[in-house]
Amino acid sequence: MMLELKNISKQYNKRVILDKINMTVEDGEIMCIVGSSGAGKTTLLRCISGLEKIDGGQILVDEKEFDPYSNQSNDSVIGVVFQEYQLFPHLKVLDNITLAPMMVLKKKEVAAKKEALELLEGLSLADKADLYPYQLSGGQKQRVAIARAMAMKPQILCYDEPTSALDPGLRDTVKNIILGLKKSEMTQIVVTHDMEFAQQIADRILKVEPIRS
Amino acid sequence: MSYILAILPSLLEGAQLTLKIFLWTIVGSIPLGLIVGLGLTSRFVPLKAILKFYVWLMRGTPLLLQLIFVFYGLPLIGHGAFTLERYDAALFAFILNYTAYFAEIFRGGLQSIDRGQYESAKVLRLSYWQTIRKVITPQVLKIVLPSIGNEVINLVKDSSLVYVIGLGDLLRAGNVATSRDVTLVPLILVGVIYLLLTAVLTFILRKLEQHYSYWK
Repeated sequence: MMLELKNISKQYNKRVILDKINMTVEDGEIMCIVGSSGAGKTTLLRCISGLEKIDGGQILVDEKEFDPYSNQSNDSVIGVVFQEYQLFPHLKVLDNITLAPMMVLKKKEVAAKKEALELLEGLSLADKADLYPYQLSGGQKQRVAIARAMAMKPQILCYDEPTSALDPGLRDTVKNIILGLKKSEMTQIVVTHDMEFAQQIADRILKVEPIRS
Repeated sequence: MSYILAILPSLLEGAQLTLKIFLWTIVGSIPLGLIVGLGLTSRFVPLKAILKFYVWLMRGTPLLLQLIFVFYGLPLIGHGAFTLERYDAALFAFILNYTAYFAEIFRGGLQSIDRGQYESAKVLRLSYWQTIRKVITPQVLKIVLPSIGNEVINLVKDSSLVYVIGLGDLLRAGNVATSRDVTLVPLILVGVIYLLLTAVLTFILRKLEQHYSYWK
Protein backbone atom coordinates (compact mmCIF):
# COMPACT_ATOMS: atom_id res chain seq x y z
CA MET A 1 0.00 0.00 0.00
CA MET A 2 1.48 3.30 -1.04
CA LEU A 3 0.93 6.33 1.12
CA GLU A 4 1.37 9.94 0.11
CA LEU A 5 1.02 13.05 2.20
CA LYS A 6 0.62 16.36 0.43
CA ASN A 7 0.95 19.65 2.29
CA ILE A 8 -0.30 18.29 5.58
CA SER A 9 -0.95 21.01 8.17
CA LYS A 10 -2.09 20.73 11.73
CA GLN A 11 -2.64 23.33 14.43
CA TYR A 12 -3.59 23.22 18.07
CA ASN A 13 -5.23 26.36 19.38
CA LYS A 14 -3.75 28.37 16.51
CA ARG A 15 -0.25 27.05 17.25
CA VAL A 16 1.11 25.52 14.07
CA ILE A 17 2.50 22.04 14.73
CA LEU A 18 2.79 20.73 11.20
CA ASP A 19 3.28 23.05 8.28
CA LYS A 20 2.87 21.65 4.76
CA ILE A 21 4.46 18.27 5.30
CA ASN A 22 5.04 16.15 2.20
CA MET A 23 6.07 12.54 2.16
CA THR A 24 5.69 9.38 0.11
CA VAL A 25 6.02 5.81 1.29
CA GLU A 26 6.03 3.13 -1.33
CA ASP A 27 4.44 -0.25 -0.84
CA GLY A 28 6.45 -2.40 1.57
CA GLU A 29 8.85 0.38 2.52
CA ILE A 30 9.93 1.55 5.93
CA MET A 31 9.64 5.28 6.46
CA CYS A 32 11.25 6.80 9.52
CA ILE A 33 10.05 10.12 10.82
CA VAL A 34 12.79 11.71 12.91
CA GLY A 35 13.25 15.00 14.71
CA SER A 36 13.76 16.43 18.15
CA SER A 37 11.00 16.24 20.71
CA GLY A 38 8.25 18.75 20.17
CA ALA A 39 8.87 18.78 16.45
CA GLY A 40 5.50 17.22 15.70
CA LYS A 41 6.56 13.68 14.80
CA THR A 42 3.93 12.07 16.97
CA THR A 43 1.31 14.53 15.78
CA LEU A 44 2.09 13.56 12.20
CA LEU A 45 1.73 9.88 13.09
CA ARG A 46 -1.58 10.63 14.81
CA CYS A 47 -2.82 12.35 11.65
CA ILE A 48 -1.81 9.38 9.52
CA SER A 49 -3.47 6.90 11.88
CA GLY A 50 -6.68 8.90 12.08
CA LEU A 51 -6.42 9.99 15.70
CA GLU A 52 -6.21 13.64 14.69
CA LYS A 53 -8.03 15.51 11.98
CA ILE A 54 -5.75 17.30 9.57
CA ASP A 55 -6.37 21.02 9.07
CA GLY A 56 -5.01 21.15 5.57
CA GLY A 57 -3.54 19.04 2.81
CA GLN A 58 -4.29 15.64 1.39
CA ILE A 59 -3.61 12.05 2.25
CA LEU A 60 -3.52 9.60 -0.63
CA VAL A 61 -3.49 5.85 -0.38
CA ASP A 62 -2.65 4.09 -3.64
CA GLU A 63 -3.26 7.43 -5.33
CA LYS A 64 -6.79 7.72 -4.05
CA GLU A 65 -7.75 10.39 -1.55
CA PHE A 66 -8.13 8.92 1.90
CA ASP A 67 -9.23 10.44 5.19
CA PRO A 68 -7.99 8.26 8.05
CA TYR A 69 -9.95 10.34 10.57
CA SER A 70 -13.35 9.41 9.16
CA ASN A 71 -12.47 6.14 7.44
CA GLN A 72 -14.47 3.22 8.79
CA SER A 73 -13.65 0.51 6.28
CA ASN A 74 -12.12 -2.61 7.73
CA ASP A 75 -10.15 -3.16 4.52
CA SER A 76 -7.95 -0.15 5.07
CA VAL A 77 -6.81 -0.38 8.64
CA ILE A 78 -3.81 1.60 9.78
CA GLY A 79 -2.32 -0.19 12.76
CA VAL A 80 -0.57 1.63 15.57
CA VAL A 81 1.95 0.43 18.13
CA PHE A 82 1.81 3.11 20.82
CA GLN A 83 4.79 4.30 22.79
CA GLU A 84 3.13 3.10 26.01
CA TYR A 85 1.74 0.05 24.15
CA GLN A 86 -1.74 0.61 25.60
CA LEU A 87 -2.54 -3.05 26.00
CA PHE A 88 -5.85 -3.73 27.72
CA PRO A 89 -4.78 -4.55 31.28
CA HIS A 90 -7.85 -6.62 32.16
CA LEU A 91 -7.46 -9.01 29.24
CA LYS A 92 -5.01 -11.86 28.79
CA VAL A 93 -2.44 -11.50 26.03
CA LEU A 94 -4.46 -13.75 23.73
CA ASP A 95 -7.70 -11.85 24.40
CA ASN A 96 -5.94 -8.55 23.79
CA ILE A 97 -5.18 -9.80 20.31
CA THR A 98 -8.50 -11.50 19.50
CA LEU A 99 -10.80 -8.75 20.83
CA ALA A 100 -10.86 -6.58 17.72
CA PRO A 101 -10.87 -9.40 15.14
CA MET A 102 -13.87 -10.92 16.94
CA MET A 103 -15.77 -7.71 17.65
CA VAL A 104 -14.98 -5.81 14.47
CA LEU A 105 -14.19 -8.39 11.80
CA LYS A 106 -16.74 -10.81 13.34
CA LYS A 107 -14.29 -13.67 13.29
CA LYS A 108 -15.21 -16.85 15.11
CA GLU A 109 -13.43 -17.34 18.39
CA VAL A 110 -11.59 -20.47 17.28
CA ALA A 111 -10.30 -18.87 14.11
CA ALA A 112 -9.31 -15.65 15.87
CA LYS A 113 -7.43 -17.57 18.54
CA LYS A 114 -5.62 -19.68 15.98
CA GLU A 115 -4.43 -16.60 14.11
CA ALA A 116 -3.46 -14.87 17.33
CA LEU A 117 -1.40 -17.84 18.42
CA GLU A 118 0.37 -17.91 15.06
CA LEU A 119 1.20 -14.22 15.45
CA LEU A 120 2.48 -14.80 18.98
CA GLU A 121 4.53 -17.73 17.76
CA GLY A 122 6.15 -15.56 15.12
CA LEU A 123 7.13 -13.08 17.81
CA SER A 124 8.37 -15.82 20.20
CA LEU A 125 5.58 -15.15 22.66
CA ALA A 126 3.54 -18.32 22.35
CA ASP A 127 4.10 -19.22 26.00
CA LYS A 128 2.77 -15.83 27.14
CA ALA A 129 -0.73 -16.20 25.68
CA ASP A 130 -2.41 -16.73 29.04
CA LEU A 131 -0.62 -14.01 30.96
CA TYR A 132 -1.92 -10.55 31.76
CA PRO A 133 -0.05 -7.50 30.49
CA TYR A 134 1.24 -6.60 33.96
CA GLN A 135 3.12 -9.91 33.99
CA LEU A 136 5.15 -9.01 30.89
CA SER A 137 8.36 -7.05 30.42
CA GLY A 138 8.40 -3.88 28.33
CA GLY A 139 9.76 -5.65 25.29
CA GLN A 140 7.17 -8.41 25.55
CA LYS A 141 4.35 -5.86 25.89
CA GLN A 142 5.59 -4.18 22.76
CA ARG A 143 5.55 -7.40 20.82
CA VAL A 144 2.03 -8.12 22.03
CA ALA A 145 1.06 -4.66 20.85
CA ILE A 146 2.55 -5.46 17.44
CA ALA A 147 0.67 -8.78 17.32
CA ARG A 148 -2.55 -7.02 18.31
CA ALA A 149 -2.15 -4.47 15.53
CA MET A 150 -1.22 -7.18 13.00
CA ALA A 151 -4.31 -9.21 13.84
CA MET A 152 -6.42 -6.52 12.18
CA LYS A 153 -4.50 -7.08 8.90
CA PRO A 154 -3.44 -3.45 8.59
CA GLN A 155 -2.36 -1.93 5.30
CA ILE A 156 0.15 0.22 7.11
CA LEU A 157 1.71 -0.29 10.52
CA CYS A 158 2.85 2.72 12.55
CA TYR A 159 5.16 2.77 15.55
CA ASP A 160 5.51 5.66 17.97
CA GLU A 161 9.01 5.72 19.49
CA PRO A 162 9.43 1.94 19.51
CA THR A 163 12.88 2.04 21.11
CA SER A 164 12.47 4.77 23.70
CA ALA A 165 11.19 2.59 26.54
CA LEU A 166 13.44 -0.40 25.85
CA ASP A 167 16.84 -1.50 27.05
CA PRO A 168 19.50 -0.85 24.42
CA GLY A 169 19.90 -4.59 23.95
CA LEU A 170 16.29 -4.91 22.86
CA ARG A 171 16.73 -2.41 20.06
CA ASP A 172 17.99 -5.14 17.80
CA THR A 173 14.96 -7.28 18.54
CA VAL A 174 12.65 -4.47 17.43
CA LYS A 175 14.82 -3.85 14.42
CA ASN A 176 14.58 -7.49 13.41
CA ILE A 177 10.81 -7.54 13.88
CA ILE A 178 10.37 -4.46 11.73
CA LEU A 179 12.72 -5.78 9.06
CA GLY A 180 10.97 -9.15 9.25
CA LEU A 181 7.61 -7.51 8.56
CA LYS A 182 9.17 -5.68 5.65
CA LYS A 183 9.88 -9.05 4.08
CA SER A 184 6.16 -9.75 4.16
CA GLU A 185 5.73 -6.42 2.37
CA MET A 186 4.15 -4.51 5.19
CA THR A 187 4.35 -0.76 4.74
CA GLN A 188 5.70 0.66 7.97
CA ILE A 189 6.08 4.12 9.45
CA VAL A 190 8.33 4.55 12.44
CA VAL A 191 8.51 7.70 14.53
CA THR A 192 11.76 7.89 16.45
CA HIS A 193 14.22 10.39 17.86
CA ASP A 194 16.92 7.73 17.56
CA MET A 195 18.74 8.66 14.35
CA GLU A 196 21.01 5.65 14.48
CA PHE A 197 18.06 3.29 14.72
CA ALA A 198 16.35 5.09 11.86
CA GLN A 199 19.39 4.74 9.62
CA GLN A 200 19.53 1.02 10.34
CA ILE A 201 15.99 0.28 9.24
CA ALA A 202 14.72 3.06 7.01
CA ASP A 203 14.23 3.12 3.28
CA ARG A 204 13.40 6.76 3.62
CA ILE A 205 13.83 9.28 6.37
CA LEU A 206 11.68 12.33 6.89
CA LYS A 207 13.07 14.99 9.17
CA VAL A 208 10.50 17.08 10.98
CA GLU A 209 11.67 20.38 12.45
CA PRO A 210 9.98 22.36 15.20
CA ILE A 211 8.21 25.41 13.84
CA ARG A 212 9.30 28.74 15.21
CA SER A 213 6.43 31.09 15.81
CA MET B 1 -36.43 -15.03 74.47
CA SER B 2 -40.07 -15.78 73.84
CA TYR B 3 -40.61 -12.02 73.44
CA ILE B 4 -37.92 -11.91 70.76
CA LEU B 5 -39.58 -14.79 68.94
CA ALA B 6 -42.91 -13.03 69.23
CA ILE B 7 -41.75 -9.80 67.58
CA LEU B 8 -39.30 -11.36 65.13
CA PRO B 9 -41.85 -12.10 62.39
CA SER B 10 -42.94 -8.47 62.19
CA LEU B 11 -39.32 -7.32 62.17
CA LEU B 12 -38.44 -9.77 59.42
CA GLU B 13 -41.39 -8.61 57.42
CA GLY B 14 -40.05 -5.08 57.76
CA ALA B 15 -36.59 -6.30 56.81
CA GLN B 16 -38.08 -7.80 53.68
CA LEU B 17 -39.29 -4.39 52.52
CA THR B 18 -35.93 -2.88 53.41
CA LEU B 19 -34.22 -5.52 51.28
CA LYS B 20 -36.64 -5.09 48.41
CA ILE B 21 -36.04 -1.37 48.23
CA PHE B 22 -32.33 -1.93 48.61
CA LEU B 23 -32.09 -4.50 45.83
CA TRP B 24 -34.22 -2.68 43.29
CA THR B 25 -32.42 0.58 43.95
CA ILE B 26 -29.09 -1.13 43.29
CA VAL B 27 -30.39 -2.83 40.14
CA GLY B 28 -31.73 0.47 38.84
CA SER B 29 -29.18 3.01 39.94
CA ILE B 30 -25.85 1.34 39.22
CA PRO B 31 -26.42 0.88 35.46
CA LEU B 32 -28.11 4.28 35.27
CA GLY B 33 -25.23 5.76 37.22
CA LEU B 34 -22.78 4.40 34.67
CA ILE B 35 -24.79 5.88 31.81
CA VAL B 36 -25.11 9.28 33.51
CA GLY B 37 -21.42 9.08 34.37
CA LEU B 38 -20.65 8.57 30.67
CA GLY B 39 -22.84 11.59 29.92
CA LEU B 40 -20.94 13.65 32.48
CA THR B 41 -17.69 12.90 30.67
CA SER B 42 -19.11 13.56 27.21
CA ARG B 43 -18.03 16.52 25.12
CA PHE B 44 -21.63 17.41 24.29
CA VAL B 45 -22.03 20.53 26.42
CA PRO B 46 -25.85 20.77 26.76
CA LEU B 47 -26.11 17.15 27.88
CA LYS B 48 -23.32 17.65 30.36
CA ALA B 49 -24.96 20.80 31.74
CA ILE B 50 -28.30 19.06 32.25
CA LEU B 51 -26.68 16.09 33.97
CA LYS B 52 -24.55 18.32 36.18
CA PHE B 53 -27.68 20.17 37.24
CA TYR B 54 -29.42 16.88 38.01
CA VAL B 55 -26.50 15.65 40.12
CA TRP B 56 -26.31 18.96 41.94
CA LEU B 57 -30.02 18.84 42.69
CA MET B 58 -29.98 15.25 43.93
CA ARG B 59 -26.88 15.59 46.04
CA GLY B 60 -27.70 19.08 47.22
CA THR B 61 -31.06 18.33 48.82
CA PRO B 62 -31.89 15.81 51.55
CA LEU B 63 -33.06 12.40 50.42
CA LEU B 64 -35.84 12.77 52.99
CA LEU B 65 -37.09 15.89 51.21
CA GLN B 66 -36.96 14.10 47.87
CA LEU B 67 -39.03 11.22 49.24
CA ILE B 68 -41.65 13.58 50.65
CA PHE B 69 -41.65 15.57 47.43
CA VAL B 70 -42.17 12.54 45.21
CA PHE B 71 -44.94 11.04 47.34
CA TYR B 72 -46.78 14.09 48.69
CA GLY B 73 -45.62 16.81 46.33
CA LEU B 74 -45.94 15.32 42.86
CA PRO B 75 -49.70 14.51 43.21
CA LEU B 76 -50.35 18.21 43.78
CA ILE B 77 -49.19 19.11 40.28
CA GLY B 78 -51.01 18.14 37.10
CA HIS B 79 -54.21 17.15 38.92
CA GLY B 80 -52.78 13.95 40.27
CA ALA B 81 -51.29 12.74 37.01
CA PHE B 82 -48.03 12.03 38.84
CA THR B 83 -49.48 10.12 41.78
CA LEU B 84 -47.40 7.11 42.77
CA GLU B 85 -48.03 4.27 45.21
CA ARG B 86 -45.98 4.53 48.39
CA TYR B 87 -43.62 1.76 47.41
CA ASP B 88 -43.19 3.02 43.84
CA ALA B 89 -42.62 6.54 45.10
CA ALA B 90 -39.94 5.29 47.46
CA LEU B 91 -38.17 3.34 44.70
CA PHE B 92 -38.42 6.27 42.31
CA ALA B 93 -36.88 8.68 44.79
CA PHE B 94 -34.14 6.27 45.83
CA ILE B 95 -33.13 5.39 42.28
CA LEU B 96 -33.12 9.06 41.29
CA ASN B 97 -31.00 9.95 44.29
CA TYR B 98 -28.55 7.09 44.19
CA THR B 99 -28.04 7.32 40.43
CA ALA B 100 -26.59 10.79 41.03
CA TYR B 101 -24.09 9.51 43.57
CA PHE B 102 -23.11 6.53 41.46
CA ALA B 103 -22.79 8.79 38.40
CA GLU B 104 -20.23 10.93 40.20
CA ILE B 105 -18.31 7.83 41.24
CA PHE B 106 -18.33 6.50 37.68
CA ARG B 107 -17.31 9.89 36.32
CA GLY B 108 -14.23 9.79 38.51
CA GLY B 109 -13.46 6.24 37.41
CA LEU B 110 -13.95 7.05 33.73
CA GLN B 111 -11.69 10.08 33.94
CA SER B 112 -8.91 8.02 35.48
CA ILE B 113 -8.69 5.75 32.42
CA ASP B 114 -5.80 6.68 30.14
CA ARG B 115 -6.93 8.36 26.94
CA GLY B 116 -4.59 5.96 25.16
CA GLN B 117 -6.97 3.10 25.97
CA TYR B 118 -9.70 4.79 23.92
CA GLU B 119 -7.21 5.54 21.17
CA SER B 120 -5.86 2.03 20.95
CA ALA B 121 -9.43 0.74 20.80
CA LYS B 122 -10.16 3.28 18.09
CA VAL B 123 -7.26 2.29 15.84
CA LEU B 124 -8.38 -1.32 16.30
CA ARG B 125 -11.71 -0.16 14.85
CA LEU B 126 -13.82 -0.87 17.90
CA SER B 127 -16.94 1.28 17.98
CA TYR B 128 -17.63 3.65 20.86
CA TRP B 129 -20.00 1.24 22.60
CA GLN B 130 -17.75 -1.74 22.02
CA THR B 131 -14.94 0.25 23.60
CA ILE B 132 -17.09 1.21 26.56
CA ARG B 133 -18.34 -2.34 27.05
CA LYS B 134 -15.22 -4.37 26.49
CA VAL B 135 -12.38 -2.04 27.34
CA ILE B 136 -13.46 0.80 29.59
CA THR B 137 -16.21 -0.56 31.85
CA PRO B 138 -14.24 -3.54 33.21
CA GLN B 139 -11.40 -1.23 34.16
CA VAL B 140 -13.71 1.39 35.65
CA LEU B 141 -15.56 -1.20 37.73
CA LYS B 142 -12.35 -2.28 39.36
CA ILE B 143 -11.44 1.29 40.21
CA VAL B 144 -14.83 2.33 41.56
CA LEU B 145 -15.72 -0.81 43.48
CA PRO B 146 -14.61 0.44 46.92
CA SER B 147 -16.54 3.69 46.51
CA ILE B 148 -19.58 1.85 45.19
CA GLY B 149 -19.37 -0.38 48.25
CA ASN B 150 -19.53 2.63 50.51
CA GLU B 151 -22.72 3.85 48.87
CA VAL B 152 -24.23 0.38 48.93
CA ILE B 153 -23.77 0.18 52.69
CA ASN B 154 -25.20 3.66 53.04
CA LEU B 155 -28.22 2.65 51.03
CA VAL B 156 -29.12 -0.16 53.42
CA LYS B 157 -29.39 2.37 56.22
CA ASP B 158 -30.88 5.17 54.11
CA SER B 159 -33.73 2.85 53.19
CA SER B 160 -35.07 3.43 56.74
CA LEU B 161 -36.15 6.90 55.55
CA VAL B 162 -39.17 5.38 53.83
CA TYR B 163 -41.02 5.48 57.17
CA VAL B 164 -41.79 9.11 56.33
CA ILE B 165 -44.18 8.12 53.58
CA GLY B 166 -45.79 5.43 55.71
CA LEU B 167 -44.01 2.32 54.51
CA GLY B 168 -43.44 -0.45 57.02
CA ASP B 169 -39.73 -1.19 56.82
CA LEU B 170 -37.45 -2.76 59.38
CA LEU B 171 -36.88 0.34 61.50
CA ARG B 172 -40.56 1.18 61.58
CA ALA B 173 -41.42 -2.36 62.68
CA GLY B 174 -38.98 -2.03 65.55
CA ASN B 175 -40.26 1.41 66.46
CA VAL B 176 -43.83 0.20 66.58
CA ALA B 177 -42.93 -2.71 68.86
CA THR B 178 -40.85 -0.49 71.16
CA SER B 179 -43.56 2.09 71.73
CA ARG B 180 -46.23 -0.59 72.11
CA ASP B 181 -44.37 -2.81 74.59
CA VAL B 182 -42.20 -0.11 76.25
CA THR B 183 -38.95 -2.03 75.86
CA LEU B 184 -35.63 -1.44 74.10
CA VAL B 185 -35.36 -5.03 72.87
CA PRO B 186 -36.94 -4.45 69.44
CA LEU B 187 -34.63 -1.52 68.68
CA ILE B 188 -31.59 -3.59 69.65
CA LEU B 189 -32.83 -6.37 67.39
CA VAL B 190 -33.28 -3.88 64.58
CA GLY B 191 -29.70 -2.77 65.06
CA VAL B 192 -28.51 -6.37 64.98
CA ILE B 193 -30.41 -7.08 61.76
CA TYR B 194 -28.91 -3.98 60.08
CA LEU B 195 -25.48 -5.09 61.21
CA LEU B 196 -26.04 -8.56 59.78
CA LEU B 197 -27.19 -7.11 56.48
CA THR B 198 -24.16 -4.84 56.18
CA ALA B 199 -21.85 -7.68 57.25
CA VAL B 200 -23.14 -9.84 54.42
CA LEU B 201 -22.75 -6.97 51.96
CA THR B 202 -19.25 -6.21 53.17
CA PHE B 203 -18.37 -9.84 52.60
CA ILE B 204 -19.84 -9.84 49.08
CA LEU B 205 -18.05 -6.59 48.22
CA ARG B 206 -14.74 -7.97 49.42
CA LYS B 207 -15.26 -11.07 47.28
CA LEU B 208 -15.99 -8.85 44.29
CA GLU B 209 -12.82 -6.87 44.88
CA GLN B 210 -10.88 -10.11 45.06
CA HIS B 211 -12.50 -11.22 41.83
CA TYR B 212 -11.12 -8.11 40.12
CA SER B 213 -7.65 -8.53 41.55
CA TYR B 214 -6.51 -10.99 38.88
CA TRP B 215 -5.01 -8.09 36.96
CA LYS B 216 -3.31 -4.85 37.89
